[in-house]
Amino acid sequence: MNELKAKPIYLDYQATTPTDPRVVDAMLPYFTEKFGNPHSRNHSFGWEAEDAVEVARGQVAKVIGASAKEVIFTSGATESNNLALKGVMKFYGKKKPHLITVVTEHKCVLDSARHLEQEGYKVTYLGVKDNGLIDLEELKAAITDETALVSVMGVNNEIGVIQPLKEIGAICRERKVFFHTDCAQAVGKIDLDVEDMNIDLMSISAHKLYGPKGVGALFVRRRPRVRVIAQITGGGQERGMRSGTLPTPLLVGFGKACDILSNEMAEENARITELRDYTLKKFRDRLADIYLNGDEEARVSGNLNVSFAYVEGESLQMDIKNIAVSSGSACTSASLEPSYVLRALGVDEELAHTSLRIGIGRYTTKEELDEAIESISVAVERLREMSPLWEMAQEGIDIKSIEWAEH
Amino acid sequence: MAYSEKLIDHYENPRNVGSMDKNETFVGTGLVGAPACGDVMKLQIKVTPEGIIEDAKFKTFGCGSAIASSSLITEWVKGKSLDEAGSIKNSQIAAELALPPVKIHCSILAEDAIKAAISDYKTKNGQGEVEAAE
Repeated sequence: MNELKAKPIYLDYQATTPTDPRVVDAMLPYFTEKFGNPHSRNHSFGWEAEDAVEVARGQVAKVIGASAKEVIFTSGATESNNLALKGVMKFYGKKKPHLITVVTEHKCVLDSARHLEQEGYKVTYLGVKDNGLIDLEELKAAITDETALVSVMGVNNEIGVIQPLKEIGAICRERKVFFHTDCAQAVGKIDLDVEDMNIDLMSISAHKLYGPKGVGALFVRRRPRVRVIAQITGGGQERGMRSGTLPTPLLVGFGKACDILSNEMAEENARITELRDYTLKKFRDRLADIYLNGDEEARVSGNLNVSFAYVEGESLQMDIKNIAVSSGSACTSASLEPSYVLRALGVDEELAHTSLRIGIGRYTTKEELDEAIESISVAVERLREMSPLWEMAQEGIDIKSIEWAEH
Repeated sequence: MAYSEKLIDHYENPRNVGSMDKNETFVGTGLVGAPACGDVMKLQIKVTPEGIIEDAKFKTFGCGSAIASSSLITEWVKGKSLDEAGSIKNSQIAAELALPPVKIHCSILAEDAIKAAISDYKTKNGQGEVEAAE
């Protein structure tokens, strides 16, 4: 088998990010000499850990415009989303058993909603427009007197589109419905302010923002107060909303990562936006029939989700194995179904099979992108030469006019 | 997903990529699969008057396993009679390439493609329809 010839290039920053070395440095002492249990109230080891946890809580709160007391630490955004949806619905559900969410949410939101449905709660799944954004009028129309919660993600993990959080927050506040947003992909990428945006609950993940894996947070508003039923019970930590000993080193890292964002986010996103626009332009100049999935304007800096028509995504990935990207192709998923997010946008299934998600982040260089653009373009050209669909397109045959035997 | 060396070799160095003139009477063309399902195979055979497949070409839109399956079958059918080629089973392709279970459908598609090409050739040459693979 061919060995990897060059250093692999990481362009999958939506999947996860490397932990920033400054974050690692901040964490290290809390594994060894400062190892105390932050809930130990009667000795200095505990106090030292507790102090570090509270600093981290403040750092996380600051990046979203919250107060430290409103931040509940969890194991990650999946847990936060579970706690937000199940916790709120189970507290308020007797009088208000209705939840509104969106078809393009992350699986952990959709699956929490499914579980709630099985328990008898009512769920409305809003569709999206072909740019990936929800229709605010549709949201307004979906809210009833029985609606307890609206859950709309800040930034989509696959296509990077930014939902109009401030407008959604205003609608929810006016209708006295709680607003939860999964911001795993949004924190550090867009300006967030829970006050200005009227956000009542927000899920955050550390490993998407150059922090460690295994930790996240749920912002839970105190005024007006949002109540949740704990999903993990025990010693009553985190104001009773989430029991379990807090992992001090992870929290210190999470806090430090947020602190870095508070200082460097604007500059970083400007640089990444420039790299993204450069990359898209280079692809468009070189290759015909490529399509950007998701809105081009309302989009985070680091996300390029592109369909390279007539070339199937998994085979493209095999050709560029030196470059780590993600694909919306069915063949890369266990279910053999193409991306449900792309299908929700109304992207033709054949185009969904041809998509790549190119994720640009903190450590991406222009040289790496040049190499990736070249490598992807060569692969697309090679595979198109091999593609019967490309051949038909060149002959002017509309592939939609053919009666395909779907299998 | 870890693929076998043979599969990767066929993917990286596909044999017999190309097209023949589908209007020629000695060419049989099979086009199977569907873009919406993520794989389409076009397989063409050039048949001698004696009924021997002297050349085969393919073009495939699909994952690496689909490309490798079609590349492999073009190698296998060359020099075979139509009946011999039509009796190639998808399980042989799957075994040769060590396809993982989720990729077995790629080998089925390759079997369908050769059967469709043979059927097209026979129809063109007045030899009647043959059963296409299910």
